[in-house]
Amino acid sequence: MSTAEQLLRAADLAQQRERMYMRRKRVNKIALALSLAAMAFGVFWLVWILWSTVQLGLGGLTWAVLSQMTPPPNDEGGLLNALWGSFVMVTLATFVGTPIGIMAGIYLAEYDVKGWLGSLTRFVNDILLSAPSIVIGLFVYAVVVARYRQFSGWAGVVALALIVIPVVIRTTENMLMLVPSALREAAYALGAPKWKVITNITLRAARAGVVTGVLLAVARISGETAPLLFTALNNQFFSTSLSGPMASLPVTIFKFAMSPYENWQQLAWAGVFIITLAVLGLNIVARVLTRNRI
Amino acid sequence: MSSTLPANEASLDLRSLAGRRQEMSSPPPAGRARTGAVVDRVFGWTARAAAVLTLGLLVAILFSLVVGAWPAIEKYGLGFLTSTTWDPVTLEFGGLVMIYGTLATSLIALVIAVPVSFGIALFLTELSPAWLKRPLGTAIELLAAVPSIVYGMWGLLVFGPILATFVQQPLQGLFGNTPVLGALFSGPPVGIGILAAGIILAIMIIPFIAAVMRDVFDVTPPMLKESAYALGSTTWEVVFKVVLPYTKSGVIGGIMLGLGRALGETMAVTFVIGNFNQLDSLSLFSAANSITSALANEFAEAASGMHQAALIYLGLVLFFITFVVLSLSKMLLARLRRHEGGRA
Repeated sequence: MSTAEQLLRAADLAQQRERMYMRRKRVNKIALALSLAAMAFGVFWLVWILWSTVQLGLGGLTWAVLSQMTPPPNDEGGLLNALWGSFVMVTLATFVGTPIGIMAGIYLAEYDVKGWLGSLTRFVNDILLSAPSIVIGLFVYAVVVARYRQFSGWAGVVALALIVIPVVIRTTENMLMLVPSALREAAYALGAPKWKVITNITLRAARAGVVTGVLLAVARISGETAPLLFTALNNQFFSTSLSGPMASLPVTIFKFAMSPYENWQQLAWAGVFIITLAVLGLNIVARVLTRNRI
Repeated sequence: MSSTLPANEASLDLRSLAGRRQEMSSPPPAGRARTGAVVDRVFGWTARAAAVLTLGLLVAILFSLVVGAWPAIEKYGLGFLTSTTWDPVTLEFGGLVMIYGTLATSLIALVIAVPVSFGIALFLTELSPAWLKRPLGTAIELLAAVPSIVYGMWGLLVFGPILATFVQQPLQGLFGNTPVLGALFSGPPVGIGILAAGIILAIMIIPFIAAVMRDVFDVTPPMLKESAYALGSTTWEVVFKVVLPYTKSGVIGGIMLGLGRALGETMAVTFVIGNFNQLDSLSLFSAANSITSALANEFAEAASGMHQAALIYLGLVLFFITFVVLSLSKMLLARLRRHEGGRA
């Protein structure tokens, strides 16, 4: 083989390698560009949704929205009874669901980390966390509404509380797990009984995280519509009694947004604005709380 | 995770030691010690009861759904799943239309959401400058926090009309006379239907899938990635040939989690799917119905009896499907974690 041939073959190989290298670089560039596009795509929806919520909701947000009852079609009115109903039901559901959630979270993190009951509960809790909320509504309908033959605010409270529990369990457990065991051991070494160690040491150390979980749960149930549809139903009047049907902001928005009436849709946008503001606000507060803590 | 266990074991030993010492020393604060032990036991039992309550909740939900649906289960059996009749007047019910709606919308959502979420996770783990990671990650997580009713209303009143004008009508103009594609895009241009619901669902589940993917990509050992880079791999090759195979089960788990969300989502779908029981046209733009939207629209008004039982049967089917999907997701994610635990 002559030197010329060898040189030619080497050049050919180098060229091939160069081409392959260029192709790999090209594929890489395309993939990274697509990834950037995907990121932009995700942010784009958030911005678009927030923008239309602000644009369409802020205009309709007047004092009347906060001070008057839901109107009949084509009439003046506000969302007071819906806001009140949501406030009452969310507050009560939080008070019912939080202690149960925290206690179960304590059980998972402090009493039964690897046992069968703990593992099973953890598994079931993760399923409940993502289970369709409308099924929770069906369950509460069967257990509460069908038994008392009455749609009621209490049924709504139960349904929302059942959604609070898994959220609080999850965050409580995770936050307690982050507490260093040296803290626990130090407390035990001082002779503290287990319940004191948990309430005074670990739970206190994980306080910010647990509060975050509760805030996230409140944010979640503030926007829940499906479980209220056939538990609390709706009510066009102001009602302080939890034993009758009760209005709530999400259900009112649902009813008004699906209607053909101009003023109802306007009110629905105002309601959506309020709900989005509240939920995102709660989420941001929760985030700030945990960031400073850990 | 495992670090708390030794603490508990140690505490047991310590407490028995403390008890022994108290027996010997005099005088023991007997009353206080006894109430302390009682409180301790009560506290432990309360915690256990709360956990058992959570377990019981799942059983109670299943039980009450089966009881509520029993008349329909008895009458139709599994034929319910393949029948398309849904007639509250003559009390003839079959769930195929809704089951099809639920599965079709979720499938469309996955087809859109999976590649986008992968791109987002790739961007957040490999490309983004450090100072952008946090704000962008937060933005995506906030997208998950927006209540579904906001998505629904926005989809119906803002997105739907835009979809009809700028997507459906051009598509109809292009393929209107083509046999298969024409049928796929037929229907009045109102912007509601299976495709609109699928797109809204995709927007809703992108943050869930992207967050899981980002987290599992982050657990890939840096050594693996660095070795691949050192061999001259491009970023894409590292992610596609090293990170993705390593985190495969976690990624699938994340997708399943998103699927579970999509299947059970109610409000966003109810607003945009059109709530119309038909299966005559397979058009992506024709109004349809899903399990959740049928429940949301009909249940409160349904007369007790067969109509209600049939709706609860639908709810049971939905719960069963999501249960299976979510369990799979959980197991796949746990597998990755175990994998990681074995390595550490």
